[in-house]
Amino acid sequence: MSSLDEKIDEAKKLSMQIVKESDEDKLMTLSVGPQHPGTGHFRFIIKLDGDYIVYVNIDPGYVHRGEEKMCEYRNYFTNIPHLERPVIHDSANITYSYSLAVEDLIGITVPRRGQFLRAITSELDRINYTLYWLAIYGIFLGHSTMFMWPAADRELVLDLLERLTGHRITHAFNIPGGVRNDMPNNFKEKCLSQINYLEKRLKEYEHIFYNNPLFRQRTEGVGILSKEDAIKLGVTGSVLRASGVPYDIRKVEPYDIYNEIDFNVQYMKTCDSFARAYIPFLDVRESCHIIRELLDKMPESGDVREKLLSNIKGPPGESFKRVESGRGALSYHIVSDGTSRPYRVKISTGSFRNILALPFLLVGSMLGDMPPIYWSLNYWPIEADR
Amino acid sequence: MIDNKSEIELKKKSILLSKDILNSVVEKFGDRIKVIYDKRNRSKIMVDPEIIVETAIFLRDNHGFDHVESASGTDYPKEDQIEINYHLGSYVNPDLFPYVLVLSTKTNRDDPKTNSLINILPSVEYFERETYEMLGVYFIGHPRNERFLLPEDWADIPPLRKDFRLKGR
Repeated sequence: MSSLDEKIDEAKKLSMQIVKESDEDKLMTLSVGPQHPGTGHFRFIIKLDGDYIVYVNIDPGYVHRGEEKMCEYRNYFTNIPHLERPVIHDSANITYSYSLAVEDLIGITVPRRGQFLRAITSELDRINYTLYWLAIYGIFLGHSTMFMWPAADRELVLDLLERLTGHRITHAFNIPGGVRNDMPNNFKEKCLSQINYLEKRLKEYEHIFYNNPLFRQRTEGVGILSKEDAIKLGVTGSVLRASGVPYDIRKVEPYDIYNEIDFNVQYMKTCDSFARAYIPFLDVRESCHIIRELLDKMPESGDVREKLLSNIKGPPGESFKRVESGRGALSYHIVSDGTSRPYRVKISTGSFRNILALPFLLVGSMLGDMPPIYWSLNYWPIEADR
Repeated sequence: MIDNKSEIELKKKSILLSKDILNSVVEKFGDRIKVIYDKRNRSKIMVDPEIIVETAIFLRDNHGFDHVESASGTDYPKEDQIEINYHLGSYVNPDLFPYVLVLSTKTNRDDPKTNSLINILPSVEYFERETYEMLGVYFIGHPRNERFLLPEDWADIPPLRKDFRLKGR
């Protein structure tokens, strides 16, 4: 036999092996991300049986920057600018809980006017983040108007933040001891007029997005996360509240000025993707209400920060503080050994906790339901990777 | 202005609550549990590595601590130990909503091993995986002690150990 025939025989044998079917071969493996435009810098591997998802393995870490290690090399103030990088649209909240934890460690309280300014920045950033998230949610459901409108209206909030802090995003406004500077003179009037406009727009949003048959059909009854499962998986923020647990850190453990503010915790009992998409929108509406109340109750004058030494030393000990961010509870665990640098900083973010529900929700659902489920989890890959 | 009376009552309530929890735990496990601190809405207990699973079951079934807010480790090279902290919270018991209990244990630094809480509190899954790769602590009973956030070709010591130094620092 010639060598060519041998080779052909070998190839036939090989191809027979490949064609031989097993249960495993029926499945198709699909890698979603990290270059896929639908996920952000995040990958998950799914196996499909026909149109149904049977296996999910998540693979984060593409934007891991070692924020926790970096904290150990910088003092309590120089940590602020790099800590807000994981979530630049919501940078007020991620530095808020850090500042609270450092203040708890050192044992100081923030002046009253500073507390109000912090809360205003925090609420504006919540609106800013949620509009951005809503825009991306829309484009991945094929609703391009839903991308254009929030992306345009977000500019109004960014203008307000620029006026207040000096930057559109990554403000470095919250620092241990208070906020960096006082608000400008005409800020109150400007803010009220923008908020009034935004509230009008929110009514239109509800009409065109949330009452839209296309949007409702793709999200209602899809990705059910029951109350028991939500509690078991320890999810947080809008995902938890969409499953019928009225748990909002601003209400259950009020920080700074929030115990004087009258607002409602938004929650729903339908447990589906629609509820998870609707809760952040209701939060934006509530935030508009909170900002108006804050501007109304704010003292006319006063200090905005407690002056601290630039290389302040915390006493040995530890503190754990959390705030309600746009994606749920955001907490810092800081351990101090008495030097001017933190000994250990652990950041626990809402995204990192919510993504545990993704394999749970995707297994058993259809591939077409993947985008509405994934985006309803309010996941921000960079924040989860830190 | 802040309603001082309600503020004081809340404070009293939280002190009673944490006393109640800590007393019951100490009563059950005796001197194998040490109370490290008891501040407002935050308490920390240090338990022996052998009884961490039983303590977690006791806290879940008797007090309603049903999820973790965070779980992490801290390296102490001088004491040759790694401390593992679970920040437990509750979604079912409204009295415990503002309260966070730190359940912590220590393990040897050369061969760090501890029992995983994944069967009691499923929310620890990714936190324990992260602690495994960042500090090298092996969680007995965890199905996936493997790479999570670091690059696939990472070939150095776990980066959150104190002897791992950042370049140029």
